[in-house]
Amino acid sequence: MRGAARALARFADSDFVYSFSRSPVAVVSLLVVVICIAAAAFAPLIAPHDPFDLASLNLMDSFRPPLLAPDGEWTYPLGTDDQGRDVLSGIMFGMRISLLVGVASIVFASVVGVAIGLLAGYAGGTIDALLMRVADVQLTFPSILIALLVDGVVRAALPKDMHEQLEIYVIILAIGIARWPQFARVVRGSTLVERNRDYVMAARVIGLSRVRIMATHILPNVLGPVLVIATLTLGLAILDEATLSFLGVGLPVTQPSLGTLIRIGNDFLFSGEWWVTIFPGVALVLMVLSINLLGDWLRDALNPRLR
Amino acid sequence: MAAFILSRVLQAIPVLLVVGFIAFAMFAFVGDPVVTMLGQDYTEAQRQALIRSLGLDRSFLVQYAHFIWAALHGDFGISYRLARPVAGLIAERLPATLELSFTASVLALVVGVPMGVYTGIFRNAVSSRLFLAFSLIGVSLPTFLIGILLILVFSVMLHWLPSFGRGDVVHLGWWSTGFLTISGLKALILPAITLGLFQMTLIMRLVRAEMLEVLRTDYIKFARARGLSDRAVNFGHALRNTLVPVITIVGLQFGLVVAFSIVTETVFQWPGVGLLLIQSIAVADIPVMSAYLLLIAVLFVVINLVVDLLYYAVDPRLRIERRAAAGVR
Amino acid sequence: MALLDVEALTVEFPTRRGVLRALDGISFGIEPGEVLGVVGESGAGKSLTGAAIIGLLEPPGRIAGGRVLLDGARIDNLPPARMREIRGRQIGAIFQDPLTTLDPVYPVGRQLIETMQTHLRLSDADARRRAVAWLERVGIPAAAQRVGAYPHEFSGGMRQRVVIALALCAEPRLVIADEPTTALDVSIQAQIIELLKSLTRDHGTSVMLVTHDMGVIAETADRVAVMYAGRIVEIGPVRAVVKQPAHPYTEGLMGSIPWIERRVERLRQIDGAMPRLNAIPPGCAFNPRCPFVFDRCRIERPALLDAGATRAACWLHDKAAHV
Repeated sequence: MRGAARALARFADSDFVYSFSRSPVAVVSLLVVVICIAAAAFAPLIAPHDPFDLASLNLMDSFRPPLLAPDGEWTYPLGTDDQGRDVLSGIMFGMRISLLVGVASIVFASVVGVAIGLLAGYAGGTIDALLMRVADVQLTFPSILIALLVDGVVRAALPKDMHEQLEIYVIILAIGIARWPQFARVVRGSTLVERNRDYVMAARVIGLSRVRIMATHILPNVLGPVLVIATLTLGLAILDEATLSFLGVGLPVTQPSLGTLIRIGNDFLFSGEWWVTIFPGVALVLMVLSINLLGDWLRDALNPRLR
Repeated sequence: MAAFILSRVLQAIPVLLVVGFIAFAMFAFVGDPVVTMLGQDYTEAQRQALIRSLGLDRSFLVQYAHFIWAALHGDFGISYRLARPVAGLIAERLPATLELSFTASVLALVVGVPMGVYTGIFRNAVSSRLFLAFSLIGVSLPTFLIGILLILVFSVMLHWLPSFGRGDVVHLGWWSTGFLTISGLKALILPAITLGLFQMTLIMRLVRAEMLEVLRTDYIKFARARGLSDRAVNFGHALRNTLVPVITIVGLQFGLVVAFSIVTETVFQWPGVGLLLIQSIAVADIPVMSAYLLLIAVLFVVINLVVDLLYYAVDPRLRIERRAAAGVR
Repeated sequence: MALLDVEALTVEFPTRRGVLRALDGISFGIEPGEVLGVVGESGAGKSLTGAAIIGLLEPPGRIAGGRVLLDGARIDNLPPARMREIRGRQIGAIFQDPLTTLDPVYPVGRQLIETMQTHLRLSDADARRRAVAWLERVGIPAAAQRVGAYPHEFSGGMRQRVVIALALCAEPRLVIADEPTTALDVSIQAQIIELLKSLTRDHGTSVMLVTHDMGVIAETADRVAVMYAGRIVEIGPVRAVVKQPAHPYTEGLMGSIPWIERRVERLRQIDGAMPRLNAIPPGCAFNPRCPFVFDRCRIERPALLDAGATRAACWLHDKAAHV
C-alpha cells in the first residue's frame, strides 16, 4: 500500500507530470477528451432526449433552430433535424459510436500489427521479407483508400438486409486492415534490435519456446513506440470512419456516427438549417483536435532528444 | 540509371499482378452482375445469354487471364450500373480529377513549403505559433467538413462561388479542361482549397520538423562557426538538406490527394473519377471498382518510380553509391 | 598584448531546478602564435569555453558574467552580424566528428569557396584556385580532381583534413580545435595533429586545442590549462604542468597516464568522480577527492595562485598562509 502511494508520489513529482501541468494545451485537451468520453459512455443516461425512440419524436418539432437564434429554446439547445430529433442528443450518441469504432479499429490494427511485427522480426529470413513486402506495398496506398475498398468489397459480398446490423463490424475491420502496417513495421524494427540482446539469448539457452520468448520477453520491450503510434493514429482512424460515413458507405442512419449525422445534415445546408450538419462537425473536430494535441504532447514528452 | 529504372519496373510487376488478382477476385466472388444488370425479373434464357456474353461460364484461370489481357488493352468491361464501357467512363471523368488534384497540390506546395521554412527558422515567433495552430486544425478537420464549411460561407452566405459542378469546360481532343473559362476557374477554387488544405498543413509540418532537425546538426554549427551569413546557412545549407527527405514524402503523399479527391468530389459533386467510384460502391458496380483499383495501383507504382528518380537526382550520396556499385569511378 | 583575453567568464544554464553554472569565472589569455591546450574530463567545460568565445552557445545557455576580448576589444557583447564577421575570419573552429561536420549535399570545393567568398573579396577563378591549393596544403592527394567530390567520398582522416582547410581558409588568427582527433583512428591522429601544428605555425595562427588526451597536449601545446568542474585549476607552460604539476588534480591526471619513460607498478587513479553541475561543493571544487585537503579548502574557493612555474588554484600554494 505504501509502495503504491510512494510510486504515485514519485509520478506526481516527475518531469512528465511537471511538463504536463505547465502546458495549458495539454491540460485543456485532456479535459476535452475526458468530457467526450464521459458524454459517450453515459449518453444513454444523460442525453436530454433519445433520438432513437421513434415514439417520442414530434414532427412539429422539426427544424427547431439552436439556442442563440431567435426561435431557439432550452429544450433543444442545438436545434433539431428534419424528424424532430434533438441534435445535442444525436451528437452524444454519435460520439459514442465514433469513439467506439475508432478505438476498436486501432486496437484491432495494433493487435494484428504487433503480432505480425513480432513474427517478422523474430523469424527473420523469408517470412520477414514476405510480411514486410506486404506491409510496404500496402503502405504505398493511403489508408482511406484501403478502408474504402475493404468496406466496398465486404458490403458487396453481404446480403443487403444484413448491411445495417453488420456495418459497424465491417467498418472496424476495414479501418483495422488499413492501419496495421504502421504498427507492424515499428514492432518489427524493435524486435530485430531486441532479438540480438543478451536477455533473449539467455532465454533461448534456457530452452523457452519461441512463442514464449516473443510474448513475455520481447513484447514488453517493444510496446513503447506502439503506444505513441496508437495515439497518433486514433485521431486518424476516427476521421477515416467519419469520412466513410459521410460518403454514405459507413455507418447507417440507424446507428449513426458523427460522420453519418454530418451527411444527413448536409442536405439541409442550402435551405438554411445549417445547425444539423455544423454542430456534429464541430463536435467531431473538437474531439479529434484534442486527441491529436494530447498525442502530440505525449510524443514530445516521451522523446528524449527534444528535452 | 537505366538499370535502376528497369529493376524498379521489374519489382513493380509482381505487385501489379497481385493487385490485378484482387481486382479480378472481386469480380469472381462478389456481387451478382446478373441481378445488377437485369434487375429482379429475368428469364433463365436471358441469364444464360448474359453469362455467356460476360464470359462467366469459363474457368477461373481463363477468366483471370482474359481479364488481365483485356486490362492491358484498356478494356475494363462494362459498368453494371450504366451499361457503358468502363474505360470510356473513366476517360470521360479523368480530366476533372486530374485538374483538381494538380491545382490542389500546387497550392499546397506554394503555401506549405515557405510556411514550413518560416516556422522552422523562427520557431518561437508569435506568427510561428499561429501558423502551427492553424496547421493542427488543418490536420484535425476532415476534408469533407472543410468543404462543407467553405460552401456554407462562400456559397450559401456570400454567394460568391459555386458549390457544385465544374462550370463550363472546353474540349481539347478527348480532354475537357476547366482552366480556360471564368466559370470553370471559379468552380475550381473551393474544391481545390478543400483538397489542398490537408496536404498544405502536412507539408508545412513536415518541412518544419525537418528544418528543426537539420538546424541542430553539426554541419550547420560548423557553417555558423565559419561565419556564413544567415541566408547561406538557412537557405543554402539547411533548406537544401531539408528538401531531400521532404521530396520523397510529398511525392508519396500524392496518394492522399487522390484518396481525398474522392471526398472532395462527393462534397462538390465534381464530375471526376472519385465521384464515379462512390456511386459504384453504393450499388456494388464491380467492374468500375476493379478498374479503379487497377488504375490506382499503376498510378502509385509510377509515382513511386518518379519519386525514386527525384531522390536520386537530388541526393548526391545515392548517385555515387549507384556509380560505385556499377563499377564506374 | 594577448590575442585573446578571457576574463572571469561565467556561463549559466537556467533549468527548472535552478540555474546551473557550467563555467565559473574562467580567466586565461592566448598569445599570437601560441598553442594553448585546454584539458580536462568530459563535462569539465572545455567545449563550452570554445562555444562561448565564438558566440555559439546553445540556448538556454548564456554568458552570465565576465568578458571575452579579441585584440583588446570586447567580442562577447557584439550584435550577431558583427559576430558573424569575426567567426571564420578572426576565429576559426574545428569540431570533433568529421563525419557530421561537413554538409553532405555540396562538394568540398564549393564549401571552401563559399567560406572564402564570405570573408575575402576574391574573383571566382581566384577562389577556385585557392580551394585547390588548400586541399593540397592539407594533404589531399589529387586535389584538383577531388575539389568537386562530396564529403562522403572521403575517408575519416581525409574529411578532417578538409575540415581543417575549411577552418583555416579565411585565414583566422585563432583556431579553436575541439577534440579534433578523438573520432579518428589512432594511426591517423598523429598525422592530423602534425598537420594542424605545421599549418598554424606557418601562418602564425594561435590554437586553442581542447582535448582530454594529455599525450596530444604534451606533444603539441606551448601552454596548457587544466579544467575541472567549470573552473581552471592550473595553467602554465606545458613542460612544467606535466613534469611538476602544482595542483593535486593535475598531479592525479599525470599519474594516471602511462608514460613509456616512467616505470610504475600501478597507474594511479583519483578516487571519486567530478561533481555534477548541480552538486559542486563549496570552496575548492576538488576538495572531496583531494588527498591534501584541509579545512580552508572546504570553505574558500582558491583563485589561481602563483606556484612556481605554473599557476594553480590550490590553497597549498598560498605563500602568505604558509609562512
